[in-house]
Amino acid sequence: MIKHFLRLEWKSFLRSASFGKSLGIKIFMGFLSLYFIAMFLIMGIALYPGLKEVFPDKDPLLIVNGLLFYWILADLVFRFFFQKLPVMSVKPLLTLPIKRSKIVNFVLGKSALSFFNFLPLFAFIPFGITLITKGYPVNSVLIWMLALILTVLIINFLNFIIENFSSETELSFLPIILLTGGLYALNHFNIISFNEIVAKGFNAIYESPIFILVPLLILMGLYLFNFKLLRRKLFLDSGLKTKIKEVNASNLEWTKNFGDIAPFLKLDLKLIWRNKRTKSSVWMLAIGLLYGLFFYPQPTYQNLPWFFVFIGVFSTGIFLINFGQFIPAWDSGYYKLLMSQNIKYEQYLKSKFTLMAVSVVILFVLGIPYVFFGWKILLAHFAAAIYNVGVNTHVILYGGSFNRKKIDLSQKAAFNYQGTGAVQWLIGIPLLLLPMGLFALFYFLIGFEIACLIMGLLGVVGIVFHQKLMRIITEKYLESKYKMINAFDQNN
Amino acid sequence: MIITSNLSKKYGGNTVLNIESLDIPKGQSFGLVGNNGAGKTTYFSLLLDLIQPTTGYIKNNQIKVNESEDWKPFTASFIDESFLIGYLTAEEYFYFIGELRGQNKADVDKLVSQFEDFFHGEILGQKKYLRDLSKGNQKKAGIVAALIGNPEVIILDEPFANLDPTTQIRLKSIIKDLAEKQGVTVLISSHDLLHVTDVCERIVVLEKGEIVKDLSTSTATLKELEAHFSN
Repeated sequence: MIKHFLRLEWKSFLRSASFGKSLGIKIFMGFLSLYFIAMFLIMGIALYPGLKEVFPDKDPLLIVNGLLFYWILADLVFRFFFQKLPVMSVKPLLTLPIKRSKIVNFVLGKSALSFFNFLPLFAFIPFGITLITKGYPVNSVLIWMLALILTVLIINFLNFIIENFSSETELSFLPIILLTGGLYALNHFNIISFNEIVAKGFNAIYESPIFILVPLLILMGLYLFNFKLLRRKLFLDSGLKTKIKEVNASNLEWTKNFGDIAPFLKLDLKLIWRNKRTKSSVWMLAIGLLYGLFFYPQPTYQNLPWFFVFIGVFSTGIFLINFGQFIPAWDSGYYKLLMSQNIKYEQYLKSKFTLMAVSVVILFVLGIPYVFFGWKILLAHFAAAIYNVGVNTHVILYGGSFNRKKIDLSQKAAFNYQGTGAVQWLIGIPLLLLPMGLFALFYFLIGFEIACLIMGLLGVVGIVFHQKLMRIITEKYLESKYKMINAFDQNN
Repeated sequence: MIITSNLSKKYGGNTVLNIESLDIPKGQSFGLVGNNGAGKTTYFSLLLDLIQPTTGYIKNNQIKVNESEDWKPFTASFIDESFLIGYLTAEEYFYFIGELRGQNKADVDKLVSQFEDFFHGEILGQKKYLRDLSKGNQKKAGIVAALIGNPEVIILDEPFANLDPTTQIRLKSIIKDLAEKQGVTVLISSHDLLHVTDVCERIVVLEKGEIVKDLSTSTATLKELEAHFSN
């Protein structure tokens, strides 16, 4: 049976319309994975000697155990944003003579093979081997390593439970932030010292192997819980809402002020507000806006003015990145309608542009309080905002003409997490790193103010040539019209 | 009104449509029948410039559809559910289409109110998004949306499928009315020979992408079609 499942998976990968594109991304992700593997490997090898040197009179193993709690928290957050839930199109399988439990076991089993589960091993195994060579008892170290593997799997399945529940809420990332933030705070303010509990737990496992049963039981419990959760979703009607909420039709008359793009602007606003996927990108605004608070209070970053622009581009452009990268896939469900209607492509694109540009301005204005950390920050944010409006909006619209992947907004069935995962963040590289690189270059060559000026100027140039750029972009969309219609017609 | 010349569509080496010439005059109600894979939807997609012809062209009111977009203002269509915007209510959807076709709210309301019978009280004022309506009701909304803005050409792909019997009968009278009284060119495709002979003045049979019959509808047509499809 598993053979059949694997064959289905392989075919769906190979035969999807976006195969060419996702292959490129997969190769890139491959390199990224290699990089992380190398980093973890180096960390694993260097950990023991490094700790020995810094803390000569402490046992490195104990120090590592003391840090495990933080690793667990960080891993949870990291996975929440980057690890994809296992996806499988189950609907065609439901009426076939396959036990439901088999499907669920396969999906869960597949997730255990995730890259995220192997990554920590590259650090732990070298560290464990070093321990053994330094004369630690072999059995205890092996048990300790086994406990870590179990912990990795526990994090894996815990993450699914969190994602499962949070995918049903609107502020999808809030539960994870609250959970990890809460645990961290409880620990940090010594209310409940999870740090010590976890450390003591691992020490105990190291000393007497019988305690390995504890993580094992936790893992089994989580697996069963996941199993139940997914099994319940394996019914056709599980995705249906129990009762359809009455909706309020809205006119959005004020959009009339925007002239001929009003119908599209109205449509886009409804698109954003009435679909879960798009709605969550609105809540991402909060993250973007507060992003600077992670960095600016720390004195280290105060002395890195070239870094301000990165935060500026990110925090004023978070909506732009989140929403923009899926243009025009947001409209993929009814793309044929748009293409056969009496519309001008340029108006359609201009509506998206307006939305993104306005979001940048609003986010900049809301971010003005950052001036508290220094006027330089405000200046950098201002330059970044202009750059976002003038350059990044056009770049992302242009990139959209290569979009071939359908997003099914109405999809409510289980196992649907389209367009989430690590790939989603890749687009940020040209949008974020390019301006930061440019800025850093001019910062070191000439100075802060000039670098800001150049960023701003680039943005202004983009704004001045807006009409011309939009024409080029529109042409690009027209060129790929048939390809897009064809790709959006396919169900991945 | 619609002139097709040397039109062909090939996928790889496989010809799915090959029409040497087909003229549909203004105000005709035109029916396209044929088994699965005969090329009905392909022809409609070419007519709406959703796919590119391999050779030849279609002219809609003197405008080559794959070269200019000027045919869009007077052409309306409903091919499948992908023509609906799931997160709008039926009214909002009608207004949106209306706006694209230069109609204000009052115009749309006036037109839509004529179809209250057809809607059977299940579309308007429901406070539901289109995605939450049943397949049949979605289709009703899509068909009526194609009538907004006084189009001169209306293209409906399989309009009778998924509809309940009452609605099928009502739809037939709507389509007849459009062609006879308002001079609209209506193109429909159907697998239901009875309906299509009822509604259309002219019926073209496609087989493997080629026109094999071109009939002017009479009392004998249904028999002839049934005979054709039974062997």
